[in-house]
This record gives sequence, C-alpha cells and structure tokens, in this order.
Amino acid sequence: MTVTLPKDLTALEYLSAEQMRLILDTAEAFKEVSERPIKKVPALRGKMIANLFFEASTRTRVSFEFAEKRLSADTVSVAASGSSVSKGETLVDTARNLEAMRIDMVVIRHWASGAAELLGNRIRSNVINAGDGKHEHPTQGLLDMLTLRDKFGRLEGLKVCICGDVLHSRVARSNIHGLLTLGAEVAVCGPPTLIPPAIADLGVTIFRRIEDAIQWADALNILRLQLERMESGFIPSLREFNRVYGVSSAKLAKAPKDLVIMHPGPMNRGVEIDSDVADGEHSVILPQVTNGVAVRMAVLYLLAGGTADAAHAGEG
Amino acid sequence: MPITHLLDARALARVLDRMASEILERCQGTDKLVLVGIQRRGVELAERLALRIAARERVAVPVGKLDITLYRDDLQTIGARPVIGETRLPNLDGRQVVIVDDVLYTGRTIRAALDECADFGRPSRILLCVLVDRGGRELPIQADIIGETVRVLPGERVDVRVSEIDGRDGVELSSAEAAA
Repeated sequence: MTVTLPKDLTALEYLSAEQMRLILDTAEAFKEVSERPIKKVPALRGKMIANLFFEASTRTRVSFEFAEKRLSADTVSVAASGSSVSKGETLVDTARNLEAMRIDMVVIRHWASGAAELLGNRIRSNVINAGDGKHEHPTQGLLDMLTLRDKFGRLEGLKVCICGDVLHSRVARSNIHGLLTLGAEVAVCGPPTLIPPAIADLGVTIFRRIEDAIQWADALNILRLQLERMESGFIPSLREFNRVYGVSSAKLAKAPKDLVIMHPGPMNRGVEIDSDVADGEHSVILPQVTNGVAVRMAVLYLLAGGTADAAHAGEG
Repeated sequence: MPITHLLDARALARVLDRMASEILERCQGTDKLVLVGIQRRGVELAERLALRIAARERVAVPVGKLDITLYRDDLQTIGARPVIGETRLPNLDGRQVVIVDDVLYTGRTIRAALDECADFGRPSRILLCVLVDRGGRELPIQADIIGETVRVLPGERVDVRVSEIDGRDGVELSSAEAAA
C-alpha cells in the first residue's frame, strides 16, 4: 500500500503517522542535495509556485524559496504590502488570479487561522501552509521532528516540552499534533495566561514550573515570546518572565541529563532563552534551520506528485 | 506463472568476473577509475565488481552510489512518488567513470544518470556497464560492457536478484503478472 499525501498540507492534525514518516524519510534524502556542488535537481522543472506572504517572515520565506529553487521550480513571491491585497482584494481572488496565470502550487503565510485550508478548498493548486494565525505551522513541526529524530534516532517515547507562549503559537500546535501522532510524549510549560486551558484535552501534560519540565524532558522546544504580549497584559514584565520561565544554564544544570534545546526563531535572547543556552553544545537551533530546507523540499516534491496510485520504479 | 532462471548464483559470479576483466581492459587498469552503481541493485553489482578488481589489481577503486529518481523524465506523470535512495559520489572530475546498472531497457535511467553525473563534476569519460541488456531502447544509448544479452518477449520482464537485497543471486525471466 503506497502512502500518499492529501492535495494540501494545511495542518499536521490531518496527517497520519505513515504520511509524516514518508515526509521525514523523503527529507532525509533531500538533505544530501543541499551538500552537492550544484545544489539543484530537476524534479520540479516546469512547476510554477507562488509564495504568498501576508505576514512578515524571513526564515520561513527564504527556506521555502531555497527549497523551490533547489527543486528547479519557477517561483514568484507576493507580499501583502505593495500588492493588490493592499487594494482590498480577497485572499481567494488573489489566488484565483494567480491560478489563471497557471500556477501549480501556493505557499501561504497568513495572519488568519484557517486561511490555508480556506484557500485549499477554493483552488485547484496544491496549498502549503507556511503558518496561519494561531493555528498551525506544519513544516516547522516537521522540521522540529526531523531534528529530534536526527538527535535521538527515534521519536517514540521521547519527552518533549514546549515552553513559553503556547497560547499564541502555531508552532506549538503543529508540534503537539505531530509528536503525539508519532508516539512522543508532549508537555507544555508557561505562565497560566499563555497556556490554553483546554490544551490537556489534546493529551499533553502541563507543567507550571520550568524546573519541573526540565526534570521531566529529553528536549525543550522554546517558543518566542512576542514582545507585545507584555503590553496586552499576559505577563507582568519581560524580566520576570525570564526569571521564572526563561531557560538558563543555571536551571538546566539541575536536569538529570543533558537536554536538547530547540527554538523556532527568531530568538529573544535573555527573555525566553539565555544566550549561553542558545549557543550551547546541546542547542540544535541551527540544524533546525538546515533541516527546514530539506523538509520543505520533501513536502513540495511529494505534493507535486499528485495522489495517483502506485508508482513503479520501472527498470530502464 | 513460470519463472525461467537465466543465470544462477555461480553463473552470475562468472559473468561478473568477466565484466571486471573487461572494465580493467577498457580503462587500461585502475588509474582514475571510479565505479558508480545506480540504486538499488546497480550499487550491489558495483561493489562486487570493485571487490573483484581489488583482488586482481590490489587497488581499492572508489565506488559511488547514484539515485536517479529526481532526474527521471516521467516525474510529472507517474503519480505517487517513489522512495528516494541515497546518492553518494566520490570526486568525478577527470575520472574514468563506469556506471553500473542491473538491467538496460529503455535507456531512460541512463539518460538521467548521465545528467546527474554532470551536476557532480566533469569525468574524462563515462562508460556504461550492465549485467543484462534486454533490448527495447527508447533513447540512443548503448552499453560498453554487457554481462548477458537477453531476448525478451512482450509481457515478460527480467529481474536481477542480489543476495544483499533479495536473499539470493541470479537473473530471472518472468511474465509481468507474476512479478507484480
């Protein structure tokens, strides 16, 4: 039975363990392409991909663009400002116009939760969610899982704690769905104002103290604390947040084992993560970025193949 | 469905002995020689040829592996994606590269392999070495070193078996339905 992906990648919540493993295994093969003298393969030659970024992004946008170029796809990037979006055009109309120019795939980052799914249901092209509001960021979840698998050799039974602003984080949701489906144990830790009350229903443990999380976990995925959260009253002050919930080497020194440290970026050094932790020997923050390109190549490659039945690697 | 054994394990070993000799003859020894096996069974065959060359010449010839999936010309039409194997190549610049594959059929795999090699370097020459030539070419590609030429009727297929992957060595002719 051949494993195939749905038309769109909008959320890890909708993927099976087999589908996620297919993406991670394919990404494994794509890592090597980025090490070649000519970092380019013709797999997506002739495919047109539109990158629609309705929200600021450097890492994810550049990562997708590298992935597309390394697969030889033709790409256009559209930012919200300076496009017809700023003249009031709807999302679906923008995409339909691009589709009328014969694009094959859309990568979308949008401030509204559910934007990618809405778009996927309205257009024929494959849609890849590059982050929608507070919903999901599936390729980030996948690259986090690939990085953990590289480090530990497995995901089953691994204990991962997601730390910080879980409430506003699409990275957290994709990590929770992905890791639980692949058999890891997941916990969250942060101030009560930034932990959604119903999150335990997903099957995650809640730690109120970062010290307890550090005792329990094999790896910490430390989320960015958006600075505007302070003004909106979720936390009293950045200093207090750092003192109570920030990950420091002093707190990590009490752990029974060395913890692998992840962060989706961009980091606020001295807020959710201290510099010596971010740059320490157990940090995999830069390998996460490298893996991001491989994961996105895998997703683009697999989705562009369609969902037809068996593929026979014919002799020839 | 009947399976005809074209080569058993011992016959396969003898054919490989001869192919190793031909490689050395065509390349005038092992100077700047590189073997590149095409995933998956070509890799195993290249390893075996390298062992034979090492035994005879006392030289370890570099062996690379090449997966041509991402260079296939039918990626747009085959639907679900085949699993991508590992590609790991030594330096190809200025080398005599011998591409090793199990079965030569349409020639499309070799077209892809030539394109992919070109993205890794500029060999001084490239030779093609196949265990079985079954005819049916769709591109102007021919092998330089051939283990066995087989006439295949419509609906039949040739499968090379290697113990590392299949648990046994040999070359088998079967009808397509039997293999599916």
